[in-house]
This record gives sequence, structure tokens and C-alpha cells, in this order.
Amino acid sequence: MEVTLQHLTKKFPNRDRKKREDVTAVNDFSFEIPDGKLIGLLGPSGCGKSTTLNLISGLMKPTSGKIFFGKDDVTDLPPENRGIGLVFQNYALYPHLTVKQNILFPLQNLKGKDKLSKSEMLERAVQSAKLVQIDELMERRPGELSGGQQQRVAIARALVKMPKVLLLDEPLSNLDARLRLQTREEIRRIQKETKITTIFVTHDQEEAMSISDMIVVMKEGVVQQIGKPQEVYDNPANLFVARFLGTPPINVFEGQIRDGRLLIGKDVVLNTKNLSDRKVLTGIRPEGFLLEDNGPLCCEAGGVEVMGRDISIVSRNEASLNPAIRSIIGADSKIDPSKTEVRFSLVPRKVFLFDHETEERILF
Amino acid sequence: MKKKFSGSGLKAWLYLLPAVLFLGVFMVYPLIDVFVYSFEEGYNSASQTYFGTGVYNYSYVLHDPYFLQAVKNTFLLVIITVPLSTGIALLISAGLSSVKPLRNLFQTVYFLPYVTNTLAVGLVFMILFKKTAYSDGFINLILSWFGASPVDFIDGPYWAKMFVLCFYTIWVVMPFKILILTSALSSVNRQYYNAARVDGTSRFRIFMRITLPMISPMIFYLIITGFIGAFKAYSDVVALFGTNLNAAEMNTIVGYVYDMLYGDSGGYPSYASAAAILLFAIVLTITCINLLISRKKVHY
Repeated sequence: MEVTLQHLTKKFPNRDRKKREDVTAVNDFSFEIPDGKLIGLLGPSGCGKSTTLNLISGLMKPTSGKIFFGKDDVTDLPPENRGIGLVFQNYALYPHLTVKQNILFPLQNLKGKDKLSKSEMLERAVQSAKLVQIDELMERRPGELSGGQQQRVAIARALVKMPKVLLLDEPLSNLDARLRLQTREEIRRIQKETKITTIFVTHDQEEAMSISDMIVVMKEGVVQQIGKPQEVYDNPANLFVARFLGTPPINVFEGQIRDGRLLIGKDVVLNTKNLSDRKVLTGIRPEGFLLEDNGPLCCEAGGVEVMGRDISIVSRNEASLNPAIRSIIGADSKIDPSKTEVRFSLVPRKVFLFDHETEERILF
Repeated sequence: MKKKFSGSGLKAWLYLLPAVLFLGVFMVYPLIDVFVYSFEEGYNSASQTYFGTGVYNYSYVLHDPYFLQAVKNTFLLVIITVPLSTGIALLISAGLSSVKPLRNLFQTVYFLPYVTNTLAVGLVFMILFKKTAYSDGFINLILSWFGASPVDFIDGPYWAKMFVLCFYTIWVVMPFKILILTSALSSVNRQYYNAARVDGTSRFRIFMRITLPMISPMIFYLIITGFIGAFKAYSDVVALFGTNLNAAEMNTIVGYVYDMLYGDSGGYPSYASAAAILLFAIVLTITCINLLISRKKVHY
């Protein structure tokens, strides 16, 4: 089922009554989510991603704009008539019911022609539990399960009524690091098996990049960029997106374009033929640095962080906006610890230029 | 290690001493005393003498028609008012938690009876129900609009008096129950309701399958304290029917105990003790049954 959002806007009345204007949580969001894909809504907290999810689920009504599921306009439909499954951030499992009763709960609500017999319900519940591999835990109460198991029960409960769209609100935020890695694979697998259009919200860029077919980066209610994770990473639309994606984060420098060349500080680092002279912000991905004895970019050496597969060189430069520059190079590179400066040459496709005022991307 | 443990035990008892002392003097000792009195025939508190020991006091009390009347009244009161008041309080608090405008006003209004003096409330009920030389009372006035003949609620037939007593008791205990239940209802996480809504759960089913189990500990707390409170009813009855309760056929077990001690026919501490021990046994039994049921039905 495709999900189409048309100029979706949600405003909340301002808490501060002296300020009359409303707070805009989601601003003019338009996007067509293709059928059977896994979409990650990504952004820092307060960027409107959860509100967007609540609008799609129907728990909130949009101030303006429309939502379509397939060809059907569902903007005014209550949540129960939209055919969605929703997994809450802290799962919202009913603590007094067993896992089985929790999964059966949505099925027991069905009325009229959708009504199922007891054995059909049980069959569906077991099927759904098997999908998330909790069929051994059916008689337990949520309080007796680990966080990861509770998460699976919540997904099973959302899947059991065979929703057309599955919505997950920060599905991994309550899990520890190892379980998070495992569960996100699990979500990917379940999504692939069921082929249900799935939208999930996260503030963790790594999480979103690793499993999504497409990611939507949001900031202050405004969509910044939509695309495949790798494309967005390789081609950020503006400085915010470039900074938000990637660990270690992108290194940003004050730069200048003079006579078709990019200067960082006094160092001429790249040729930018067809750009006129101006001040720019220069973003360089950590993997965009190459250690080279006569490299054009000169930085003050700060130290080396060994990370096993790679090493990360920490250095400083007056033009850098980050307090420390982190560049990742292969672990077998030789570094002379006695040197007080390091020199880099740059990989052009890992270098992005942004307008100094608007922070929009400048292509070169 | 062991020595250290016993040392800290001694210290603990030292800290507990004031409480233990007061509880011992004012609760445990009188309790034992009452128990002893109840087996001493014809105990006289002035001369500290008695004729003999045995179960005669119990046999007397259990054959006393006034006591049997009191037991009947008390049980009727308990059985009628506890479920009704809890049920109505639940409905009202469910209503309160789903209305937004004027909620605080309503909460205040419903809480007013709690801060009002029992005897003052009794007076209001007199005006509502009592038949005097000048008027038949407000309720009878309303009844007469519907063509019913007036009933004397205070000095009239037994059922009418029982009705007034139950009505009064329910009205008095309601505010506390509403207070407890509204706070219990508001402490249920909204996310459960959102989850249920997404699954298309009807409001009735949400209430029965989610809200009720979530607040069940509070409901059982109210039922148990409600039972105990209703078994101990006395001042309410006095406020409505005066002190000569035996004549009004409206005595309660506590009223009977009081009458036996200080009433016009009083001066029989042995009988009073036996009746008090019987009440204790009844309350203990009922509370145990309640706890047994709640262990099966309450989920936390």
C-alpha cells in the first residue's frame, strides 16, 4: 500500500499564551511512500517526526493537508478504520494480560464480517508470534519479559490484524546497544517477509541508514531531504543533513573560493573551476582525508585514536568549526608520532561546499 | 557477624520502643482485656468482680433479639451500601475523567460531603426526610407530585428507615471513593488507551478490559475499607434516628456495644465485650475472604 502525504501541516497552540502564533510541528510535508518499503523518519528530537507518525496513524488530525492510503483519502478516518499497526515507543503492552492475550486483543475487536472464530484467532496469533519468534513465551506476562522480547510482542500485536501500514515510534530507543543491533535486523527481516509498507521514527542516524530503503531527514518540522540512505549521505542537500548523518560527524571548515580554487585558511586544497569568488562553508567527511607528506591541507597534530579496523587522526586547524578534526584512515598507515603537523590531500567527492548564509549545498 | 546482627537487632527494638509501648498500652492490652471480659460472667467494672467464667455472655448476646436485629441491620447496610457506593463512585469518576470543562468544579462538588460534619449532614437529611407537624419533608413533597402517598422515613416502616440509612451512608462515603478512583484513573498511562484505539477497541471494552484491571488494586482497597467502615457504622445511625436505636429497630452492632456499656439499659461490660469480639470475628472473616478473592482478581 502506497502512502501519500500531501502538504501535511500540523500546528499546535502555543503553550505561552502571550505569544499568539501557533507552534508548527510539521510544515508542508509532501511525500509519496512507495509500496512495501521501509522508510526511516530521521531528525533530532522536536523535529516533528513523531507528530508525522501520529498524523499517519490518525491519533492526531492534521491542521491542513491530506493523507492517502493507496487511492483512499484517510485524512478524516479515525485510527481504527485506517488499517494500521502501531508500535509505541514503550510498547504499551497491557501488563495484566499474557503475551497471547495481548496479541489476541486486536483480533477480538473485529466485528461483523471480519469477525473470526476462536480457532482462527489463535492461529493468527500463533502465526504472528512465530514471525517475531516469541511463540515460546505465549503464557508469560509482559513484566516477565526482557525489553527485546516486549518489543517483539508489541510488533506481533501490531502485525496480527494484518495492517496495510506498519508504524514504529522509536522502536529501538529502549533497548541496550547490542540488542538494538539485533532488533533492527529483526525489523528489517520481518518487513521483508511481510512486505508491509513500514514507517519508523528514529533520532539515530545509524539506525535509520542501516535498515531503511529510504530516509526522510527532518528539522524543525520541515523536510530537509528524502532519498536512499547512501545517496543522502553522499549528496547532502544542506549543511544540516551533512552534519546529521555519519559517525564520526563531518568536519566543517570556514573556506573561501578565490580564482576558481578552494582555500581553507591559507592552504589551497581543491580546484573549483566554475565558481565565482565568495565565502563558503566546507564539509569534509572523515574518510575524505588522505594522509600525504606534501598534502595541501596542513593541520596541527592532536593524537591518534585506534579503532581496530581504522585509526582516526585527531588534529586541529584554525579554520575548523569543530573543536577537533577527525579523519579516518586505514590502520596500516604509518604515522610518525613526533611530528607536530599532519598534511592531508582531499578526496573531491567527499568534500561538500555550502553557502555561507543559507547553508545550502553549492555544487562544483 | 552473628554478634553484629543481634546488636543491630537490639538497636532496632530501641527505635521501635515508643511505638511498641503506645500500641501495647492502648491497643494490645485493651484488646486482650476485652477478650478476657467477654468470658467473665457479670463483670462489674466498679467493684472489679465477676461471678464465674464461661461462654454465657456469648450465649446471652446471641439470644438477645436486639443484638440479632443489630446484626441484621449491619449486614443489610454492608451488603447494600458497599457495592452500590463503589459502583456509583466508579461511574462518577469515570465520567469525571472523561469531561474536560468544569471538571474541577465537579470534583469540588463531589468532595464536599467529605468535609461536612456527620451530624450536620444528618440534620440536612432530617429536613429531607423527616415528617413533622408542619411538613412531610422534602422527599415526600416530591413523592406527592408523582401521586404517591407520603411515607414516614424516620419513624415509619422498617424498609423506609433502612432506605434512608443506606442512602445516607452511600452519600457520605462516596466522596472519598471518588477521590481515590479519579486519581487511580488519571494514573493509567494514556498510551494504553491510544494502543487500544488504534486497534479499534470499543469504549465499553476499553473500560472493562483495560481500565478496570489497571485500577483493580484501588477498587479492592475501597471494597475492603468500605466493608470495615460499614460494619463499624454507628454515628450515622445516631445522626438520623437519635440515641434510642433499639426502639427504632435501627441499632447496629457497634450501637449495641455502646448501649450495653453506657445506654439506658447499660452497665453490662461483659455483654458489650462479647458483642465486640463477635463483631471483630465477623470483620476478620469478611476481610480474609476479600483478600483471598482479591489475590485471584487483582493483577499487581
